Amino acid sequence: MKLNLTTCLCAIALSSVLFACSGTVEKKLPIIGERATEERIVEGKTVVDTIYHQIPAFTFLNQDSVEITDKDFDNKVYVANFFFTHCPSICPTMQRNLLKVYEKYKDDERVAFLSHSIDFKYDSPSVLKSYAEKLGVTNEQWQFVTGEKKDIYGIADKYLVYTKEDENAPGGYDHQSYLVLVDSQKHIRGAYDGTNDEHVAQLFNDLEILLKEQ
Amino acid sequence: MRNTIFSLAGISILIGMLIFACQPNVSIETAQYAVNGQKLYVTHCKSCHGAKGEGLGMLYPPLTDTTYLLKHRDQLACIVRNGMTGPIEVHGKSYEGDMPANPELTNVDIAYILTYITTTFGNSTETYTQEEVKRSLADCQ
Repeated sequence: MKLNLTTCLCAIALSSVLFACSGTVEKKLPIIGERATEERIVEGKTVVDTIYHQIPAFTFLNQDSVEITDKDFDNKVYVANFFFTHCPSICPTMQRNLLKVYEKYKDDERVAFLSHSIDFKYDSPSVLKSYAEKLGVTNEQWQFVTGEKKDIYGIADKYLVYTKEDENAPGGYDHQSYLVLVDSQKHIRGAYDGTNDEHVAQLFNDLEILLKEQ
Repeated sequence: MRNTIFSLAGISILIGMLIFACQPNVSIETAQYAVNGQKLYVTHCKSCHGAKGEGLGMLYPPLTDTTYLLKHRDQLACIVRNGMTGPIEVHGKSYEGDMPANPELTNVDIAYILTYITTTFGNSTETYTQEEVKRSLADCQ
């Protein structure tokens, strides 16, 4: 019996040493999406480059009726999502959780937020403005944008988020509740279900990891 | 053998005391309604009004204003079933916007939900009965 206890204690001590060591290894987030290779010739030798999936250039209208482009997010890490102001199902939970992230990084210029409305009929800039104010967004760090249907739904594909006009869905639009983490090179580095507390906790962790890398 | 019986009896008494200590001062019926109501709340109300009834910013009002719940108790069933259009004053703040209707909820569903809300977020200790729902719905404004 005594022997057992000693063995047990030893095992605990050993494993805690092991875990202490693994903590020092720096974690890196993956780059998500399809990738292609490109060959080019450098100093007479053929080199293969990997071309990663990137968010393309975009122009949308924000809550102040000002044009917002991809340039506004250059050299920033940002979290993007898709919602609409009259969404009765998943959006309030998703925005409640994103608001927590916003509040943590408020006034931190390395981090930005971008919510795209998929209700291009109703969500005009003034509707988005009122929504943002009521949600508690008080600075330009979190942008709420609208645009042409094909542009908004087209960019959703690039963020790998499913969006669709669907009269059978609550509120008239069907969409996924992903919070998409994008790095300063416009690469997708993570996607988290904004209605799942564990995923949101993971987003908090991963955002820190990504900020260290930039 | 006798020791085992004694300790078993002791443990069960302890557990029993613990269970009773945890029970709030509501009847078993009220507690049952509230448990059923919580499940429905999660499906139909939580997204906007939050897991703790905290609301969301100035978009969706909290459900924790005990005075409001008490004063408007006879209108609550109408709000759940038919939705409402603001403005509404909660905790001294005015909220605007529309709450969608929930025509799919039956009278007993609404009784469950309102028992959960009024006993968990409010300070009621009573069941929001099906009769109360029926009376309230007959008299919606």
